[in-house]
Amino acid sequence: MSIIIFKVALILSIFQFAFSKKLQFYFSAFIQTIIIAISSYWAISAFSISSKVILPFIPFLGTSLNIEVDQLSAFFILVINFTVLTGLIYSKGYLQPYFKRKSKVEIAWHYFNFVWLHISMLLVVMLRDALAFLIIWEIMSLTSFFLVIFETEKKETITIGIKYLIQMHIGVVFLMLAFIWAYVQTGAEFSFDGLAVYFQTHNPFYLFILFFVGFGIKAGFIPFHSWLPHAHPAAPSHVSGVMSGVMIKMGIYGILRVLMYIHHDLFGIGIFILIISLTSGLIGVSLAIVQHDVKKLLAYHSIENIGIIGIGIGLGVIGLAKDIPVLAVLGFGGGILHILNHSLFKSLLFYTAGSVYTKTHTRNIEQLGGLIKKMPKTALFFLLGALAISGLPPFNGFISEFIIYSGMFKSLYASGLNTDIIILFSFSGLAIIGGLAIFCFTKVFSIIFLGTPRSEKAEEASEVSASMIIPNFFIGFMILLIGFAPILFMQPLSQIVSAFTGETSAIQQIIPTLNNISLSSGILIAIIGIVWLLRTWQQKKQIVSQKATWGCAYTGANPALHQYTATSYADNFVQLSSKLVNVKKDFNNFDEDEIFPKEREFKTHSSDIFENILITFPGNKLIVWLRKIAVFQTGKIQHYLLYALIFIFVIALLTYLNWI
Amino acid sequence: MISFLLILLSALFFVGIINKTKSKIAARKMPSVFQAVFDVVRLFKKGSIYSTTTSVIFKIAPIIYFSTVLMAVLFVPIGSQKGLLSFDGDFVFFAYMLALGKFMMIIAAMDTGSGFEGMGANREALYSMLVEPAFFILIGSMALFTNNISFHDLYANLHISSNLSYTISIVSIYILIYIAMVENSRMPIDDPKTHLELTMVHEVMVLDNSGFDLGLIHIATWLKFAIYGSLISDFIINTAWQWYYQLVAFIGIQIIFAMLIGLLEAFRARNKMEKNPQWLIMLSAIAVVVFLTTLIITNKIILN
Repeated sequence: MSIIIFKVALILSIFQFAFSKKLQFYFSAFIQTIIIAISSYWAISAFSISSKVILPFIPFLGTSLNIEVDQLSAFFILVINFTVLTGLIYSKGYLQPYFKRKSKVEIAWHYFNFVWLHISMLLVVMLRDALAFLIIWEIMSLTSFFLVIFETEKKETITIGIKYLIQMHIGVVFLMLAFIWAYVQTGAEFSFDGLAVYFQTHNPFYLFILFFVGFGIKAGFIPFHSWLPHAHPAAPSHVSGVMSGVMIKMGIYGILRVLMYIHHDLFGIGIFILIISLTSGLIGVSLAIVQHDVKKLLAYHSIENIGIIGIGIGLGVIGLAKDIPVLAVLGFGGGILHILNHSLFKSLLFYTAGSVYTKTHTRNIEQLGGLIKKMPKTALFFLLGALAISGLPPFNGFISEFIIYSGMFKSLYASGLNTDIIILFSFSGLAIIGGLAIFCFTKVFSIIFLGTPRSEKAEEASEVSASMIIPNFFIGFMILLIGFAPILFMQPLSQIVSAFTGETSAIQQIIPTLNNISLSSGILIAIIGIVWLLRTWQQKKQIVSQKATWGCAYTGANPALHQYTATSYADNFVQLSSKLVNVKKDFNNFDEDEIFPKEREFKTHSSDIFENILITFPGNKLIVWLRKIAVFQTGKIQHYLLYALIFIFVIALLTYLNWI
Repeated sequence: MISFLLILLSALFFVGIINKTKSKIAARKMPSVFQAVFDVVRLFKKGSIYSTTTSVIFKIAPIIYFSTVLMAVLFVPIGSQKGLLSFDGDFVFFAYMLALGKFMMIIAAMDTGSGFEGMGANREALYSMLVEPAFFILIGSMALFTNNISFHDLYANLHISSNLSYTISIVSIYILIYIAMVENSRMPIDDPKTHLELTMVHEVMVLDNSGFDLGLIHIATWLKFAIYGSLISDFIINTAWQWYYQLVAFIGIQIIFAMLIGLLEAFRARNKMEKNPQWLIMLSAIAVVVFLTTLIITNKIILN
């Protein structure tokens, strides 16, 4: 029954184009509510019966294509549904200003793609057949491509979209190769389950690398990340939120799904994942610090958080390989919980950043400032997201990082020398990542929301409409729920983790600790409350006045001028890591004979060295070669006829000589 | 509970002892040990001035900062006395709690829209980021040594199995002393008595705080000193000792630590600002040495 309703909803989605601009939101909300309800029902029943839900979906190439929902799929289904739901509500307010410029079909096309991105993500985690999986993976890339290029009137958006599409296709090639390789080697069924046969009989490392590259491009591991910092800023904010919150996690899903079938020779794989993840985490956050575009900055933070998730998974795999159950369970547990956590705070940050963009029409943080007075709710939600993403207690980011830390510290004693050294690098790395995230988010929050406005755009801002605030309340509630009552999530989490590790006693053991954390968080809130009351009581009797900020007793200058800027805030970090973040300063120095200096500009910009080496440089080389080949494209019909004649002649000759 | 009260008590004297040592060396007339307390009491009797640029962040930040430091005190054990709160991995919570307080103070400084305070804020953010790994590696070494992961158990089992643990202790104390100096923005990272805003770190961040808020910030500094003093004393106190030995050792070590800071401040010049990051990374490097030493002691690295 549920499957029929699901299919009907898929078919109905085509009627999106029949509705007027105003009604389209409600129609897609209607379709997505049905899809959310049904898929969540499957997910929850998978959790409650502690086994798979298998349903026949459609006939496909002579067999019946099944939907399979196990615990891992169920977890991802719930994460996808929650984020897409908040994104949908947010889109109502966010797309309002575009109604004047965009035609009915354009808006309908956008919503149609949004619905299908949702559906394709759900099917990605529910299908096991390799061919069907690749098709639906492709649909996911295509729909997200159309969502990214929503603002088609900007030329750079199209360029970015095409880049995104090309990189996604390079990823698909790796996945296809991997599936075909496994199929050719074993002749087992062409699906994920078929991989099990390959992994039993072969060294899993090389096939895993193929899968990792394919999925890693989607997930945004460094060095496969270069689409991310471009696509997220170009896309509308609800799309960035969904893409960064859940779509890149499909890459993680793929990696986890493949890992499920590997049971031997795991150590090399674990090390590989861990090294890539630590690099992603450290470099992602370092590059985030030097960005001025708020959405680009958040995109780099997605890379960082994918790194943290990867650290958890990598440690988990190493734990399995070295037979250290506590490391395996808590590594996987922390990593998987961080998937949920990141989807929450990252979508929250993208939505609030989008709200700022809607009201100020700029993403350059150097032009913002003082917005907490104009947009107090948005500011507080951004702060909540910033605290959570920095991994600070009592919010959700802390819980997942804490679980990973616990796994590491608990297994130090029992494990051997190699693993100890690995763990040393991991926790130092995680600590530095945490510190850098604090550095970055103190910067971005204070430059956008605090101090004095730096431009007219920021001065004229006002609070956004309700539909852009409401989803933030949902997300904020979840962030606090996980932060204050992590215990609620441990039962489902241990079910998911058991698919990888078999037993999950380490999660049961960590429950009292988590209760203590909840208690400590409660005490913290109580202390804050008491001190607040004390101050209110103290200040009642005293004079509390308002004066200008202290500026060495000098009050003449415009306060916006002598504020710290984002560039200057980041400068001491840039000096430390100049090779890595690659910040260039553009400034024409004074000539010797220039007695009266003319007006000058000073600009700094950073470029991503990985993108330069891996994408831009080979791309430019390729274009040079293609240009040379382009001499054949003369535009004259006579030449083309000549080519055809030569071709026929060559073919005839070769046939005559019996070479083909 | 006893450890909590002892730390609160020692916090009252701490800054007084530092100042007394410093003035003794400089041959100045010594202020009372309680001068710092008197100053704060005076601040509590005053009103406050808030900058017109500031928002609610500036008002809430000192409160959260103070609360996080007070929370951190709850985790610290003294000798065989557990902290009020003690669980597996409590040191992670402890470290991140202090980080939360710092996060709030940094954005509060940025909230004033002052160039000076921005300068202090970004220095504080960078330095506390750089010192973070040192603490974790230190605790990691102890976890490696004792197979425990809560503050109390780490220290309780440190000196039980072998006396080799004292080799770890000595280097750890060195690192902890300097972590304490960084956390409290003292020499050689920052000079609290400098007269020029451009050369400050912590003091410049709190330029606009006044009255009750400033009092809270001062108390938080004392508490931080007392916290690190206790952590240092735990490295020396053997939990097998009688309680009165432990008590005497704790008080003695706190006083010696305070005097040591006074000596350091009296005789050392502040690092050049741009050398600070290197200096901080050195602390982590020394912590790695502790980790490697522990690997040797636990026979994981076999030397011969």
